[in-house]
Amino acid sequence: MGKETGQLLATWAALMALLAITVVAALAPIGPVKGLVNIAAAVVKAALIYWVFMHLKQVGGFLRIAAVGAAVWLLILGAMLYADISTRV
Amino acid sequence: MTDAVAHTPEEAHKGKDTAEERVSYLRAGHSLASWLTTTDHKRIAILYLIAITGFFFIGGSAAALMRFELISPHGMLLSNEGYSRAFTMHGVIMVWFFLIPSIPNTFGNFLIPLMIGAKDLAFPRLNLLSWYIYIIGGCFTLYALVGGGVDTGWTFYTPLSSLFANGHVVALVTAVFVAGFSSILTGLNFIVTIHTLRAPGMKWSRLPIFVWSHYATSLILVLATPVLAITLVLLAAERLFGIGIFNPALGGDPILFQHLFWFYSHPAVYIMVLPAMGVVSELVCAAARKRIFGYAFVAGASMAIAGVGFLVWGHHMFVAGESALAATIFSFLSLVVAVPSAVKVYNWTATLYKGDILLDPPFLFAMGFIGLFTVGGLTGLMLAMLAIDVHVHDTYFVVAHFHYIMVGGTVSAFFGALHYWWPKITGRMYSLTWGRIDAALIFFGFNLTFFPQFILGYLGMPRRYHVYDPSLQVWHVMSSAGASILAVGYILPFIYLYAALRSAKPAGPNPWGATGLEWTTASPPPKHNFDHPVQVTHEAYDYENAPQPGEHR
Amino acid sequence: MSGRASQETSQGVTLKEPYARPGQQREADFLGMYLFLASEIMLFGVIVALLFADRFRHPGAAEQAAQRLKIWIGTANTAVLLTSSLFVALAVVAARAGKAKAVTGWLAAAVLLGLTFLGLKGFEYAEDFAEGVWPVLGRATPGNLFINLYFVATVLHAVHLTVGVGLLSWAGVRVKMQRTRLPGQAIVIEMTGLYWHFVDVVWVFLFPLLYLPRP
Repeated sequence: MGKETGQLLATWAALMALLAITVVAALAPIGPVKGLVNIAAAVVKAALIYWVFMHLKQVGGFLRIAAVGAAVWLLILGAMLYADISTRV
Repeated sequence: MTDAVAHTPEEAHKGKDTAEERVSYLRAGHSLASWLTTTDHKRIAILYLIAITGFFFIGGSAAALMRFELISPHGMLLSNEGYSRAFTMHGVIMVWFFLIPSIPNTFGNFLIPLMIGAKDLAFPRLNLLSWYIYIIGGCFTLYALVGGGVDTGWTFYTPLSSLFANGHVVALVTAVFVAGFSSILTGLNFIVTIHTLRAPGMKWSRLPIFVWSHYATSLILVLATPVLAITLVLLAAERLFGIGIFNPALGGDPILFQHLFWFYSHPAVYIMVLPAMGVVSELVCAAARKRIFGYAFVAGASMAIAGVGFLVWGHHMFVAGESALAATIFSFLSLVVAVPSAVKVYNWTATLYKGDILLDPPFLFAMGFIGLFTVGGLTGLMLAMLAIDVHVHDTYFVVAHFHYIMVGGTVSAFFGALHYWWPKITGRMYSLTWGRIDAALIFFGFNLTFFPQFILGYLGMPRRYHVYDPSLQVWHVMSSAGASILAVGYILPFIYLYAALRSAKPAGPNPWGATGLEWTTASPPPKHNFDHPVQVTHEAYDYENAPQPGEHR
Repeated sequence: MSGRASQETSQGVTLKEPYARPGQQREADFLGMYLFLASEIMLFGVIVALLFADRFRHPGAAEQAAQRLKIWIGTANTAVLLTSSLFVALAVVAARAGKAKAVTGWLAAAVLLGLTFLGLKGFEYAEDFAEGVWPVLGRATPGNLFINLYFVATVLHAVHLTVGVGLLSWAGVRVKMQRTRLPGQAIVIEMTGLYWHFVDVVWVFLFPLLYLPRP
């Protein structure tokens, strides 16, 4: 087994562990914090997939921005929607 | 038939083929199939030019119908619904099937590889696919049009479009959805091309402003268009299955539709105007025969407009029930976006200052753009202010404002580009006199059409009504009279430009004495753009070392 | 004329017009795919934004409605997709090493898992329908609004996944028939893989937002 294959297996194991954490957190009686745990786990999972499986680890700086820069635009959309919906009368 | 090279003036006269023309991209295959399966960016640009010209005249016919109807305050020709269908078709066709693809998909397609010294766009087959997708979208539009039309306005606001409107809403929404993918693929292609295919020596700091503004446009195309696509899918699902996301009766929120629609459609205004600004930057430098004033600021302003342009969409919803806090934020950001726009106008003016200005047709169109864009931009600032907007919201003031940007700005720049690069695209020079007359006609006709609409709007004439108070009739008649002049101005070029194809003298590689790699190759260019490897050694707009204009004109 | 000139370099990379160097072509392919996926991020991002907006405007409704979904099928499907992504990543490693046989093997395994996902999803829809979770179209309540979003989101995802299964199968067949030669044309596997992983990422967000809201 090559070094690269080992890394991929480790990433997969981490993803499965995060899946387990997220399901347990959702079912455990830990209150509203479970929503945060779920979102955080999803972000970490996505980051792992992008970084390892989708080669962001290997490509240059600009390609990384191109790959995930859209997230910034989504945050803009979300922030402005929140600014409206949360303060409407 | 002689094979002699037609470089001497005796041979290079009316109608005869030149040696350049015989090996140009236009002659690389004559069959219809060779055009419909081409992957040459220059040919695809021509395919787009033909298609958008068709849609421009269909959309224009709808506008003519409206202006004719509005001569009388009582509505003499159309029913209420018929009038609604006319302005919806005018809006949808002009926005998505003319303005958005107008400059990028024709001139951007043709010029970006030439300007950066590349053989083609990064993904030539994707480029052709993008044209076919656009045509499929266009077919859906024509189907909706022939089937009787849609009366929602181009904005498709819910719940009107989802619950109440009759007509072919789903077909028209599908048309826009499909055309969006053409936009996404074109934008993606431009970004990758500019990143990876610049010729040796073509640093980012040497890119023509035209390329910079298309880069900024492409970012918007890639990031905003999918938001519209999914929103239209949800609208169709709402109309067909009643899923309720935008329906307040089911717990949904119609204002969410407006948020998502304008998250695309406000940046879409910059999709229309940024390429126009790029064209004008080229034209202004060539007219003044000077380096552009403040290159970095003009290039940076394009990027800033693309970025800040994403943050202002809520100014379309000041009276729609948006919260006061959100409205205040959007109002402020809308004022901010004027700064980079103003930077551009100042820099064009400073470029012209003390320039040795040529008054050939393309440059007259560019001057028209600067004036009309400034009026459109300043009235935009008025509309961005909350108090004024409440007064003039949904009136002809808004109609006049955005027509000054989109028609006075973008369409002027489109015709400027057509007159500037026509000799490069076809190899033939048209009648400059007719070109100057046309530029003047369009400027005059435009102002007569749309300036009265500012007054109409301020007096309270709402948009989308065809029956109005008789006291407003004088302004409407004035506007309709202007529209007829404008129509002549738009039809005229197709006569003298077409005539030039048949009979005019060859233009030569660089009739305007302009800088830029596209002017270093033959007119029309050979299939692979350049006969020799390209090496860039100078900044853009190096007019001190440019050839003199005039010899070939 | 339509044909695009192409030539083969010493490393067996097929170099197409308008590229001059393999590295340039490779960067263009990656950038193009990342940008396409960026547009997909925006597409699915709107669904996510709507889910958040729905939860904000109707507190408690999502938590109640989500309990009617099959959390165990959702969990199993997440594991299936994550594992399929591992297989595709292994296929890319094999493709770069020129091991065509291993590539077809990993791709076939990934396709199988993709079909498993679709099968489980179809079974789940059938169960939903039998239990009346299927949206009562046009007569939704705020809770049902969440369910409606669940259907829109999962159907849209399933469409993307179906396309992905098609792409993986197409790439596998091409390698098998030696129409795609490795390692020179490993880019085909890499690009297909990027798309597949992205569909996985979408699910990674949809799963907690749709299945896991709990009071």
